[in-house]
Amino acid sequence: MADTPSLAEEVRALEEIVRRLEQEDVDLDAALKLFEEGIARLRRARETLAGAEQTVQSVLADASGALRSTRVDI
Amino acid sequence: MTLPLPFGPAGLDPAEVWSVSDLNQAARGLLEQNMPPVWVRGEVTSFKSYASGHWYFTLQDGNAQVRCVMWRTWVQRAKSKPEEGAEVHIFGTPGLWEEKGEFRFTATVLLRSDQLGQQQQQLDATRAALTRDGLLDPSRKRPLPRYPSTLAVVTSLEGAALHDIVTVARSRWPAVRILVVGARVQGGDAVPELARALRTVNLLDADVCIVGRGGGAREDLSAFNEEKVCRALAAVKVPTISAVGHESDITLCDLVADVRAATPSNAAELAVPDQREVRGVVDGLALRLAGGLTRRTRLLSERLGRTADRLESGMEGVVRLHRHRLERIGAQLDALSPLRVLERGFAVPMSQEGRVLRRREEFTPGLRYRLSVRNGDVPSRVEDA
Repeated sequence: MADTPSLAEEVRALEEIVRRLEQEDVDLDAALKLFEEGIARLRRARETLAGAEQTVQSVLADASGALRSTRVDI
Repeated sequence: MTLPLPFGPAGLDPAEVWSVSDLNQAARGLLEQNMPPVWVRGEVTSFKSYASGHWYFTLQDGNAQVRCVMWRTWVQRAKSKPEEGAEVHIFGTPGLWEEKGEFRFTATVLLRSDQLGQQQQQLDATRAALTRDGLLDPSRKRPLPRYPSTLAVVTSLEGAALHDIVTVARSRWPAVRILVVGARVQGGDAVPELARALRTVNLLDADVCIVGRGGGAREDLSAFNEEKVCRALAAVKVPTISAVGHESDITLCDLVADVRAATPSNAAELAVPDQREVRGVVDGLALRLAGGLTRRTRLLSERLGRTADRLESGMEGVVRLHRHRLERIGAQLDALSPLRVLERGFAVPMSQEGRVLRRREEFTPGLRYRLSVRNGDVPSRVEDA
């Protein structure tokens, strides 16, 4: 989960891509590259949105800071 | 059947006669609907604790008294039995005990008045300490993340608050990961457990943290006014949302947290976005992305079209210019052509090598040369000079 960009990052990057694409000083090659990147990010954002429901975990830390988690049914 | 009437012109309809139960029920309803919960101060007398766990006592001041009951659920939360004659503050609602037709106050909180003063002093001192260290400073408040992946919740594993938070968070954002760090939220262990749980949050990769509990008596929320808990909350590395009790309850934790929610459900609403809204945002970006590229290519093709037009018209101009110049040069050339001179009857002497012989000295005796005339060359020779 930590390795893939979060939805927040995807949306932020998408906003930046759209902003650049909407400006006039991008040449066609760069525009196409931006577009492709945007499509990939859109796909990932939509996958995250459609993500499976996560379980609820109860977390305990022992004296040494080691974490132990158990599933909670709610 | 007609009853003799003390008043009224006509006979009385028996259906309009109230039973005692009706009367007491109506009076109880009037009281309960019109009296909000209140704090009452007085002296305890006739205190009796029953085996059932309920407390019965009378509260009085110099002029009046009221019968009071405190049910077992609330008795368990009270710190100690009040002594006979003790000055107390009780919180609850007035009502009517229908069976006895007695006016009665149902208490949910009982505090010794001297303790109340101490509690207020303690609260003021904690607040002052937190203020001094800047923990209540509004400039400390951090914004909540827009799209958190992981939500940490510090509350009781048994409480209704956890259920509310999980239910609301999941309905809005099913993919959110929820990590619960359980802690007792009232009683003697609440303070160390809450503080420890808040420290544990810093070991998790959470994006936002909710700390709270459901509603209860003011007393039950006291752990959230404790300095240790407030400081542990302030030390949480991610933005925090407090949701302690009902909207009307404000604890020091509410002031320390980055955002205060009215209730645990409201905290979940603040913590995670509604997936439908986010879908809207993403769909909007998809449209703008496609629109951006289309516009980009349209602009380029327009520019290309304009360039081609200019190129074409530019080329036409160049060609026209050259043609014109060629024509002019052609005319000049034509005018200068030696053929024109020959036309007019002149002849040009030229050496065998094709050089025009212009000077007398060049015509040495015996020199063979050609004489160009209009329709050809005439071989010639110089006689004696």
